[in-house]
Amino acid sequence: MSTDIITNILVCGIGGQGVMTAAEILSQTAIAKGFDVKKSEVAGMAQRGGVVTSHVRFGKKVWSPVITPGTADIVVGFELAEGSRWADMLRPGGVAMVNTIRLTPPVVSVGLFKYPDDPVAQMRAAGVTVYDFDAGAIARDLGNLRLVNTIMLGAISDYLPFPAADLEEQIVGRFRAKKPAMVEINQKAFALGRAAAQASQQNLAASA
Amino acid sequence: MSAAAVQAQAASRLLLSGNEAIARGVWEAGCKVACAYPGTPSTEILENIALYPDLYAEWSVNEKVSMEVAIGASMSGARSFCAMKHVGMNVASDAFMTLTLAGVVGGMVVAVADDVGLSSSQNEQDSRFWGRFAHVPVLEPADSQEAYEMTKLAFDLSERFNTPVILRLTTRICHVKAMVTVGERDFHPVSGFKLDAKRWVLTPANAKFALPRQIAREEALRAESEMSELNVVDAGTDKRVGFVTSGPAFMHVRECFPDAPVLKLGFTYPLPVEKIKAFRAQVDQLVVAEETEPLVENELKAAGLYDIHGKDILPRLGELSPAALMPAIAKLLGEEEPPPAAYAKIDPFPRPPTMCPACPHMGVYYTLSRLRKRVQISGDIGCYTLGAGHPWNALDTTISMGASMGIALGMDKARSPETKDKAVVSVIGDSTFLHMGMQGLLDIVYNRGNVTTLLLDNRSTGMTGGQNHAGTGKDLHGEDAPRVDFAKLCEALGVKPERIKKVDPYKLPVLFKAIKDEIDVHEPSVIITDRPCVLSEFYDGFKPYAVVDKDCNGCSNCLNVGCPAITVSRTGTRQRPGMPDVELKFTTIDTAMCTGCHMCVDSCGPKAIVPLHELKEAAQ
Repeated sequence: MSTDIITNILVCGIGGQGVMTAAEILSQTAIAKGFDVKKSEVAGMAQRGGVVTSHVRFGKKVWSPVITPGTADIVVGFELAEGSRWADMLRPGGVAMVNTIRLTPPVVSVGLFKYPDDPVAQMRAAGVTVYDFDAGAIARDLGNLRLVNTIMLGAISDYLPFPAADLEEQIVGRFRAKKPAMVEINQKAFALGRAAAQASQQNLAASA
Repeated sequence: MSAAAVQAQAASRLLLSGNEAIARGVWEAGCKVACAYPGTPSTEILENIALYPDLYAEWSVNEKVSMEVAIGASMSGARSFCAMKHVGMNVASDAFMTLTLAGVVGGMVVAVADDVGLSSSQNEQDSRFWGRFAHVPVLEPADSQEAYEMTKLAFDLSERFNTPVILRLTTRICHVKAMVTVGERDFHPVSGFKLDAKRWVLTPANAKFALPRQIAREEALRAESEMSELNVVDAGTDKRVGFVTSGPAFMHVRECFPDAPVLKLGFTYPLPVEKIKAFRAQVDQLVVAEETEPLVENELKAAGLYDIHGKDILPRLGELSPAALMPAIAKLLGEEEPPPAAYAKIDPFPRPPTMCPACPHMGVYYTLSRLRKRVQISGDIGCYTLGAGHPWNALDTTISMGASMGIALGMDKARSPETKDKAVVSVIGDSTFLHMGMQGLLDIVYNRGNVTTLLLDNRSTGMTGGQNHAGTGKDLHGEDAPRVDFAKLCEALGVKPERIKKVDPYKLPVLFKAIKDEIDVHEPSVIITDRPCVLSEFYDGFKPYAVVDKDCNGCSNCLNVGCPAITVSRTGTRQRPGMPDVELKFTTIDTAMCTGCHMCVDSCGPKAIVPLHELKEAAQ
């Protein structure tokens, strides 16, 4: 990939899911690769179970901190409906990587709104390339729900302008310094996320 | 918060938010006293300053006090700093508007952060007005590096021109991370306070002499702005449209129109009008891209530059992002507008912010929603403003910090035949009560109002991220500090001791009775709820609860508590002969989220909500 091209990644989910951390890790990886980086976040009220997004942009020189709708290379959805909410940010040919966990807000529980039956189908009907899998189930199998973050980063690692190993090293490096016991499980989570995304891509190709 | 930025050696390059970059700049500038009251998007500036050595930093009780502390330090010859969100400046402005007459000794910088796009505010203000209003310079950074550099420059400017300086920020500066190269700390000794009554005692006689000096200073600053390297022209190659722009709007302009001539303003007040006139002559058309009010545009028109564009083609409100700029400029040039995004927008459902599981505010709003027909509820600013939303719908007004009680008194004194029997209740949090609220309660007492005040003491400035305040017993650094006794404070303001009740908001029947009793008494009363914020260090979780599915009758009353941990597991319909059908919602509790506050237990008729461990034991 030419360094003149800006990579745009939109990470989205709800407050408390680790959206900001994932965006930070992506940014630090890009810096380590010598890119200029800008990372924009919406916090404030959104911390309270609301919608959270972070725009990560990197390249030779980044001006605007926000991704223009229709230019995102990847939308990383930490939650199913949230992935669909931001899918229109993608450029033609971009990829939506979506965790299929469904987190129901109180406005849906009390019956004011309905959670869509199949957001992935909605996205595909709109023409979006979606790779979806249950990152929560993988994390549960590994025995730690916090691993969703690493799993999602593993999932997008084959769609970035640098090798997957660089992103993995950025994650693992953080644990190596502070919690060495967590290194191995994060490596596993990263690999499983990567495999899940590839499997979803292959399924989609097979059904096309 | 960035400990890395604190430890960074000079010339290191780091990814910093604007707020982190400003903190580093404040420290490097040799600032000695820094203060703030939390407010999105400015909060993290002081949180980060607090990490640096060798300067005094505090959470002040409100923005006006923070401004006054900074003024006192500047008068004493120390470099001083205060930070606030845009609406905080409204509160602080009384002190600011006279400080500008007296000037400074130690450089004094006031960072004001505008919430362009209203991510977490009650209005959208353009703080650049304060520069015009107070005749002080305004600097506007466009990214983290500039935020860091301009912070340091602002201190120099302040001392050179004997004026406070406004550092105008927006959300896209404060909460965007970008690369910053940091430097070393300068040393600025504190000279100490020097008696000078003619200068510091601003009686009319003294202020009269200060006024012409203020105007002369403004003229000198105008000359400085004309020459300032912060106002820089990039000649560009495509002369069809040139831009005069500042702040994040500059970044968006550069992104969209890489070849366009741009006059980037960093020193935006006083406006370098002559420089802009010269720039105007070099381009076919001129567009002023500024967030949010047409300040520069109007000033240029007043200076005779009529043939320019601004808010006639660009959005009047919100951010000037590429999505806002590109179609407007294409239209101006008679070009085809950029194609819409490739994919249709999917809008699944709104996801408004919610209260956290076990948030003590939920008990208050659940109870108020049960008394809804009998009460008018005057609200305030904090997490508890969410009480206006579903499922409670139990908050009727929000205007400004601390306004709940004054507004409640006004409602009490202006009753119609329809509202004469309604109880008036004000709801306010601990930090907001200490910020600007207690004066309202004093007014209720003094003027014999019939208002019940619910003081939700959760030992936290919750909405901005759980900062300490004078009622938490901790300071900015987390060190022990004197703690306000709210009951004693209310009593001192004149509320009768028997009309002040402390209630555990998790005990819904007790809370219900307390509110009902107090609204039936026609005099000022205060109910203090005393459970800590679940995100604070003072909160201890309990054991989670679960729904016994076979006992749940689908009444869905527990959903009205509003806890995000309670969701619907299945639905059904109850049919009875001769009765309308009733929709049933059977519920479940996400035990990973539940912290066992047991408010939903009190809301459950069939007693289907039990401790999780009991359910597990029964299953064995």
